[in-house]
Amino acid sequence: MAQVSIRVNGRVRKGDVEPRLLLAHFLREHLNLTGTHVGCDTSQCGACTVLIDGRSAKSCTIFAVQADGCDVTTIEGLARDGQLHPLQEGFWEEHGLQCGYCTPGMIMSAVDLLNDNPTPSERDIREGIAGNFCRCTGYQHIVNAIQYAANKAARK
Amino acid sequence: MYAAEFNYLRASSLAEAHRLLAANPGAKLLAGGHSLIPLLKLRLAAPPAVIDIGRIAELRGIARRGDDLRIGALTTHAEIAASAEVRKSAAALAEAAAGVGDPAVRNRGTIGGNVAHADPASDLPTVLVALEGAVVAAGPKGERTIPAAEFFTGVMTTALRDHEIVAAVLVPMATRGVGSAYTKFAHPASRYAVVGAAALVAVNKGTCAEVRVAVGGLVPHARRASAVERALSGQPAEAASFAAAAARVRDDLGSDVLGDIFASAEYRAAMAPVYVKRALAAAAARAGLA
Ligand SMILES: Cc1cc2nc3c(=O)[nH]c(=O)nc-3n(C[C@H](O)[C@H](O)[C@H](O)COP(=O)(O)OP(=O)(O)OC[C@H]3O[C@@H](n4cnc5c(N)ncnc54)[C@H](O)[C@@H]3O)c2cc1C
Ligand code: FES
Ligand code: FES
Repeated sequence: MAQVSIRVNGRVRKGDVEPRLLLAHFLREHLNLTGTHVGCDTSQCGACTVLIDGRSAKSCTIFAVQADGCDVTTIEGLARDGQLHPLQEGFWEEHGLQCGYCTPGMIMSAVDLLNDNPTPSERDIREGIAGNFCRCTGYQHIVNAIQYAANKAARK
Repeated sequence: MYAAEFNYLRASSLAEAHRLLAANPGAKLLAGGHSLIPLLKLRLAAPPAVIDIGRIAELRGIARRGDDLRIGALTTHAEIAASAEVRKSAAALAEAAAGVGDPAVRNRGTIGGNVAHADPASDLPTVLVALEGAVVAAGPKGERTIPAAEFFTGVMTTALRDHEIVAAVLVPMATRGVGSAYTKFAHPASRYAVVGAAALVAVNKGTCAEVRVAVGGLVPHARRASAVERALSGQPAEAASFAAAAARVRDDLGSDVLGDIFASAEYRAAMAPVYVKRALAAAAARAGLA
């Protein structure tokens, strides 16, 4: 067993974990943060995307021990004081989801994208979510949702 | 999917990594984990110990060193793609790094892990072979520099010896009138290279004075395309000569072209001239701007 101490959504969470425990399972099973989904479990689909020290990462391809001492943000950490994050609002307003399985990962990838590039073109958005697969929407409404969030931030 | 059990060890310096390697026979190094962890999860590898080198500060960063850029082994694909220095002095490398996988993969995957893993479908080896880069291997008794052309020796095999750790990658900086580029036929799901082509072209008064080309993805390891290089050297830097030279890549491929359920060997071989031509044209265009 290994000791980890990971700041998750602003709160330090400690645990004894097997070294082979994936970060995705630490979040879902040890912390009950089930917003982070596991889709493919083979590093391809992006459903498990979280932020580690501010950058998007596939939590099915990282051991929890590697995130020891890091800052992790999951979909549960985006809303503030009952107010949806602009990206969450965008997905709501623009109908950016159907079954919702891909949505948390899509949003976390989009957070990373907008941090780097607050005024993305449609092409930039599609590149930004290139590692996130959606089997329902056909992507257009997801692109619109991310554009909504970027536009909202630009208006401020 | 769970990896088989392993003992997790974390090294905070290169010296400590060497001590841990010596004390733990069969241990595997872990950098970004984006090639190793999928293998562990599929249990294609089940080492008794995993040595995490991901936090060794001396393996990070991009610096000028003489005529080369020295890129620390732990530098991520995202950092390489974003580096103004790499974009200016080794455009093909920045381009290849920017095209690896997807943003989340680029945030974790490292250049050291990429070259050590030596997947035939990787992008960076092809660029390093074309640019005549090198790999700095740190052994318990010191460093040695291995030219990229000698480093990659087969499918997932390299010239790295037991207990050697990739410390950095060296890439010569482009001089005036020299341009480089990387193009690939990306697998539509993983973005790995089905066919990859890297080119460096020096243009002097409209003529291709020096040409270096490497192909990857479709062969067991990245290799120079010398028939293409000979065909273009001394020719005018224009579309017709790029196409004629690129067609010669068939002579460089030999009989060991790889194929799989996604793309047969015949198909990949037929696509190679297309990507070589595009790489030549893009490199020559950059030479004109430099
Ligand atoms: C979905 C997905 C898509 C991808 N697409 C591409 C792509 O399009 N193009 C591409 O080129 N790659 C691609 N990759 C691979 C990616 O670039 C990997 O990150 C890279 O190949 C390995 O780097 P790493 O730091 O993750 O290494 P790790 O996975 O940590 O290690 C890989 C191997 O190298 C060894 N190793 C690591 N560092 C060192 C070192 N410093 N010295 C000695 N040995 C070392 C390890 O022991 C292990 O055997 C993709 C990966 C994924 C998951
Ligand atoms: S579950 Fe991690 S990428 Fe699909
Ligand atoms: S909304 Fe169902 S997978 Fe994207």
